[in-house]
Amino acid sequence: MIINHPILGPRDSQEFTYLGDATLIDRPDWEADDAAGQFHDYLYLRDNPAGEHRELWFHEQGDRSWLVVTRNTVTHEILNVELARDVARARGRSK
Amino acid sequence: MRYSGLKVIKEALTGHKGWRPTWRDPEPKKSYDVVIIGGGGHGLATAYYLAKNHGITNVAVIEKGWIGGGNVGRNTTIIRSNYLLDGNEPFYELSLKLWEGLEQDFNYNAMVSQRGILNLVHTDAQRDAARRRGNAMILNGSDAELLDTDGVRAMYPFLNFNNARFPIKGGLLHRRGGTVRHDAVAWGYARGADLRGVDIIQNCEVTGFKIENGKCLGVETTKGFIGANKVASCVAGSSSRVMEKAGMRLPIESHVLQAFVSEGLKPVLDGVITFGAGHFYCSQSDKGGLVFGGDLDMYNSYAQRGNLPVVEDVIEGGMALIPALGRVRMLRSWGGIMDMSMDGSPFIDKTHVDGLYFNGGWCYGGFKATPASGWCYAHLLATDTPHKVATEYRLDRFRKGRMIDEKGQGAQPNLH
Ligand SMILES: Cc1cc2nc3c(=O)[nH]c(=O)nc-3n(C[C@H](O)[C@H](O)[C@H](O)COP(=O)(O)OP(=O)(O)OC[C@H]3O[C@@H](n4cnc5c(N)ncnc54)[C@H](O)[C@@H]3O)c2cc1C
Repeated sequence: MIINHPILGPRDSQEFTYLGDATLIDRPDWEADDAAGQFHDYLYLRDNPAGEHRELWFHEQGDRSWLVVTRNTVTHEILNVELARDVARARGRSK
Repeated sequence: MRYSGLKVIKEALTGHKGWRPTWRDPEPKKSYDVVIIGGGGHGLATAYYLAKNHGITNVAVIEKGWIGGGNVGRNTTIIRSNYLLDGNEPFYELSLKLWEGLEQDFNYNAMVSQRGILNLVHTDAQRDAARRRGNAMILNGSDAELLDTDGVRAMYPFLNFNNARFPIKGGLLHRRGGTVRHDAVAWGYARGADLRGVDIIQNCEVTGFKIENGKCLGVETTKGFIGANKVASCVAGSSSRVMEKAGMRLPIESHVLQAFVSEGLKPVLDGVITFGAGHFYCSQSDKGGLVFGGDLDMYNSYAQRGNLPVVEDVIEGGMALIPALGRVRMLRSWGGIMDMSMDGSPFIDKTHVDGLYFNGGWCYGGFKATPASGWCYAHLLATDTPHKVATEYRLDRFRKGRMIDEKGQGAQPNLH
């Protein structure tokens, strides 16, 4: 698979390590009343879809940036690549 | 279909025209006592033990493709009882004991071969871990022997003992481990279940559940609705897709694992060798091909094929361990979809829906579990209580802090 890095251009997926579902960006609020339940779901449950999947890849052997890659888990086709930083900011994280 | 020595001779003399299908190909009935979703090893074994151990024969196994077309026919056939943790080892020891009597039990040749498994170690820390695991195995009635370098050399002189990064310092030998003809396991269980009245319904996909007032009444399929008192999901890599239809999110990710087989060679390797540090393991099939594999491709996947970087990684590991491999030609490679759980251990449990049960999360180790998984799942379905060696395989164990994490990797499924 070739990952089209937003800054560096097309890179071999071998340069990256994989973390998993990009919902890991949405860390729950630890002060919420049901924080324990929310953290359980956040940490252990996954949608695990067959089809489009937004996921976190780390450019370990490159510029060490985190990316959100939208990839089809049935065909392995890569549909979109964003910097995780931009995605997190757009969701109001890491202001 | 029944077999006998006389029949083999008769068929040999008459052109093999008298063989009949090994199981029936029935149309689904309107309803069953138990409907099992998924005709892999675990689904078929569950049906077999429901009929044999509990006398429950009004059972259907619903398979979307053909039985044996999933992971049961794609794995590298290794069976073993060499786990560390209390939640696991008694279960896998039961499984190995069942393997030891399986062929006599279902009267079918599954080529169970206890040729021994050797896990190599390369450092003092690994040797300590191997000794600890070996002791845990022995405490649970399994067998283990710690070998030093000379012990390994006596068994496999052709290994590269002086690899600069991973010199071989010994290994943990589990003599009762080995290999089994994987397809024959599916066929043997299918035949045994069919003979006892179980309907095996192929080319029929489950597309949804009928759930009313918190009770599961049956399954929607491509051949129409099939009613059931109990519905037992057993679909390995498809677990999330199927259980989503009952409104469940599972602690599972689906990943692709590849395997490889070489051209046929004369006997060179009489056991199984695992080289965990180098992401490589290998055995030799009775036909002569070297059967080997390594790590997951690491990303979520439902494609039953992997990518080239892992092919390269596995072959590099192989070359580092067995330099002579360089002269061998590879014949085939393929992939299967693994139901990787959050702690690397499986589930055999009820769900929040009355009458709906779940079996899954087998990761890359579910083939060896086949007999015990069927045995314990049948027990749960028949009695509504977990079998005593499967009490820890609960879906709520993460909520309760009772993970069974053999490798201590945490909630990162691709690292288990
Ligand atoms: C390359 C590879 C190597 C492996 N090596 C080993 C090994 O050496 N030792 C070991 O112990 N384990 C190994 N495994 C793991 C082992 O194969 C699996 O854990 C085990 O086979 C899973 O259980 P099963 O046999 O029931 O799965 P499967 O055979 O996959 O059965 C599940 C069935 O469910 C069906 N299904 C799915 N969705 C539906 C639906 N909606 N309706 C109806 N049917 C459906 C599928 O078609 C499939 O036939 C390996 C796996 C792979 C891929």
